[in-house]
Amino acid sequence: MSTTKTFTAVVVGLGLVTLSACGSSDSGGSADSTTVTLVSHDSWAVSKSVLKDFEKQSGYTVKVLKDGDAGQAVNKAILTKDNPQGDVFFGVDNTLLSRALDNGLFQSYEVKGAGQILPEYRVDQDKHRVTPIDSGDICVNYDKAYFSEHKLTPPQSFDDLIKPEYKNLLVTENASTSSPGLGFLLGTAAKYGDDGWQDYWKRLKANGVKVVDGWEQAYNDEFSGSAGGKKAKADRPLVVSYASSPPAEVIYADPKPATAPTGVATGTCFRQIEYAGLLSNAKNTKGGKAFIDFLATKEFQEDMPLNMFVYPVVKGATVPAEFTKFGPQAKDPEILAPAKIAANRDQWVKSWTSLVLK
Amino acid sequence: MDLARTEVAKAATKRRGSATRLGLMALPVAFFAVFFAYPVAAIVARGLKVDGAWQLGRIGDVLAQSDIRHVLWFTTWQALASTALTLLIALPGAYVFARFDFRGKHVLRAVVTVPFVLPTVVVGTAFLALVGRGGMLDQLWGVRLDTTVWAILIAHVFFNYAVVVRTVGGLWSQLDPRQEEAARMLGLSRFAAWRKVTLPALGPAVAAAALMVFLFTFTSFGVVQILGGPTFSTLEVEIYRQTSEIFDLATAAVLTIIQFVAVGAILAVHARTVRRRETALRLVAPETTARRPRGAGQWALLAGVLASIAVLLVLPLGVLVQRSFDTPDGYGFAYYKALTSEDGGIFLVAPIEAIGNSLEYALAATAIAVLIGGLAAAALTRRNTGRLVRGFDALLMLPLGVSAVTVGFGFLIALDKPPLDLRSSWILVPLAQALVGAPFVVRTMLPVLRAVDGRLREAAAVLGASPWRVWREVDLPMVRRALLIAAGFAFAVSLGEFGATVFIARPDNPTLPVAVARLLGRAGDLNYGQAMALSTILMVVCAVALLLLERVRTDRTGEF
Repeated sequence: MSTTKTFTAVVVGLGLVTLSACGSSDSGGSADSTTVTLVSHDSWAVSKSVLKDFEKQSGYTVKVLKDGDAGQAVNKAILTKDNPQGDVFFGVDNTLLSRALDNGLFQSYEVKGAGQILPEYRVDQDKHRVTPIDSGDICVNYDKAYFSEHKLTPPQSFDDLIKPEYKNLLVTENASTSSPGLGFLLGTAAKYGDDGWQDYWKRLKANGVKVVDGWEQAYNDEFSGSAGGKKAKADRPLVVSYASSPPAEVIYADPKPATAPTGVATGTCFRQIEYAGLLSNAKNTKGGKAFIDFLATKEFQEDMPLNMFVYPVVKGATVPAEFTKFGPQAKDPEILAPAKIAANRDQWVKSWTSLVLK
Repeated sequence: MDLARTEVAKAATKRRGSATRLGLMALPVAFFAVFFAYPVAAIVARGLKVDGAWQLGRIGDVLAQSDIRHVLWFTTWQALASTALTLLIALPGAYVFARFDFRGKHVLRAVVTVPFVLPTVVVGTAFLALVGRGGMLDQLWGVRLDTTVWAILIAHVFFNYAVVVRTVGGLWSQLDPRQEEAARMLGLSRFAAWRKVTLPALGPAVAAAALMVFLFTFTSFGVVQILGGPTFSTLEVEIYRQTSEIFDLATAAVLTIIQFVAVGAILAVHARTVRRRETALRLVAPETTARRPRGAGQWALLAGVLASIAVLLVLPLGVLVQRSFDTPDGYGFAYYKALTSEDGGIFLVAPIEAIGNSLEYALAATAIAVLIGGLAAAALTRRNTGRLVRGFDALLMLPLGVSAVTVGFGFLIALDKPPLDLRSSWILVPLAQALVGAPFVVRTMLPVLRAVDGRLREAAAVLGASPWRVWREVDLPMVRRALLIAAGFAFAVSLGEFGATVFIARPDNPTLPVAVARLLGRAGDLNYGQAMALSTILMVVCAVALLLLERVRTDRTGEF
């Protein structure tokens, strides 16, 4: 009898766990047609008022799932593609685009207002599986105070970085674990070609480049120009970061300084473009399409820079004054086609690892 | 006749006892199977199964790579070195906490436990301030240890100091010092008396602590990633890289299996030493064994231990606090105030709400961990249990040694279909945290439950009490405090859990560690300052939880 009692207790207990678990469960995209679910990476951000406008105009409620850093988010989306967690994915960039497309992550949809998107960002024109949403440049940042103190001109180009006067000044990220690290490697590959980039890195290594694992360590712990770096008494005045990092140093400061404490070496930039797409097997395709349309509207595009520190990609979208004032966009960034990246990324990262880390 | 009746009743109790035990095990087994074994198996299968056929040849391929063999070698030797260094530094601490009475001892014991439950993402950054450039060692002697293996080893001491102090010190404080004194009266030297009397009694506890430290350092992730730089990689880091960045699920699956086997072996050895330790020792109340230090030697030892705690444990924590107040306008609360504002943009809510989320998740996780771990401990109470049950003991510890990214990705692909469609449910976070909390509940409860005299239970049963009533009337009053401690520890561990949570936490309700990681991921003074402020809050909440535990310490404490 007591055994029966125990058994009952166990079954009830297990039932409770399962019940409470199922109570609020509604995974697998937006089952009801009034909700649209966005899957993105941790950097996704939008002003509340702008999102409210979309919800009011379209009648959809937006649910957001942030799924780790960019690489993680893409990998998770691929793993769950048969029963996706949402309807729209935002945040696959040109370094990962082929992985997403080859794995059939997206279905075809041509965004309303496709003509408004600047031609240099358009890809996949025959199938329309992804829509470009923003662009950003990965560039070397420099600590202005350091260079004026040492009466040294900050470096401007990739070539400058291997000059003796900049010995032991640069910190970068591991290309196999960090997206700016990978971007910087791709920038050198674009600049010096398949044959030349390894030689360039040999010289960079000889010139004392330091490699750390992620952007957080490089920027907050090693780079002397950042807020975190100043507190940590960091001693590297050059870091691989973003062209939008200097404006961020101003916007997230209180009181705000008159000029940014850091600058951008505009000849060291690699262009990253982020795309959004309608997930295959999305439950609410209609809502998903409406949301992608919204991402390409001027309202969203102009709201984006101060939230995600990236640049708009549609014609006529204005960039906030802080951006133009504190962080000029690179004129002539290095660019690589997603297909070229896909074909070479793994091999390049492997060679880079044995060349630089060992 | 009376005697015969008692025998019959005893036999019936025994039968009933084993049936009860199996019943008690049902829920923990089901929980473990559904929320651990199944997801992990699913993600391993995804990597190693092609068109329904297992590709076990991949194991050989992966092991043949020199990079992988290097990772395996580094993982093992750094764990051995970390364990040795931790024992070297923490054993004197265990002695001091066990045998000496001094002001602030309870607070200090809580403080040294804080690092153990803090997420590495928070501490790694602060730890650089100690061993990195411009850090204390740098300023004193011009020594910098960042991106060297020394930084990893010292940080491992920082995180695992409490494991040794609590496991070894807990037992040490209950060993009767008079036994050693008696041996000295019989003519043995001080050292010989210690070696012959105390050391054998302490040995199994030291072994158990060493094995736990080895387990934690063998599967080290954040410490190695942040402090070691890109040149050092442990198995756990490599599994993360292969899964999360390179997306080579086959290699990740092979590495997961290797780690699984290694951790299983460690746990099997651990289970043996734990059993050996539970052999009868004459234990006394800890209050009676501790006294004020006497003589210059003892005072010097106390001072030395306090100094090592100050430098190794308190200083890195202090740096976090200092930076959280160090605003551009001088010291102030600006970063804390900023936590209440919503326009940071990274979150859909003000960062301060992460505190509420964390507390809610941790409470739910604690409830689950206490239910699961408590039932398991009750099932494992009897010492002479079968092999199956003993294996189950080690099995419950397995989640501590399996990569969080494996569990996280496993959840994602395994729990996505009805009736277990939990993927976007809030309960997923507490479930993942409970996986980590339950082993601590078992380890805390088990020694106490086993200390309850079995004859009391039998007597109650003979008098006609049902097993439930026996438990309520005999066991519960004795273990109530242990239960509180177990719950508190599960709570603190859940608060700090980062690895699995980061994979499944919802954006509109991030936990404290997840919020800190997101803030650290952005440029700008305000983001960095807020990360430090949130870290400090997390630290204070953990410290308060642990301090409250110090108030309810039992006579016979568990292992953590």
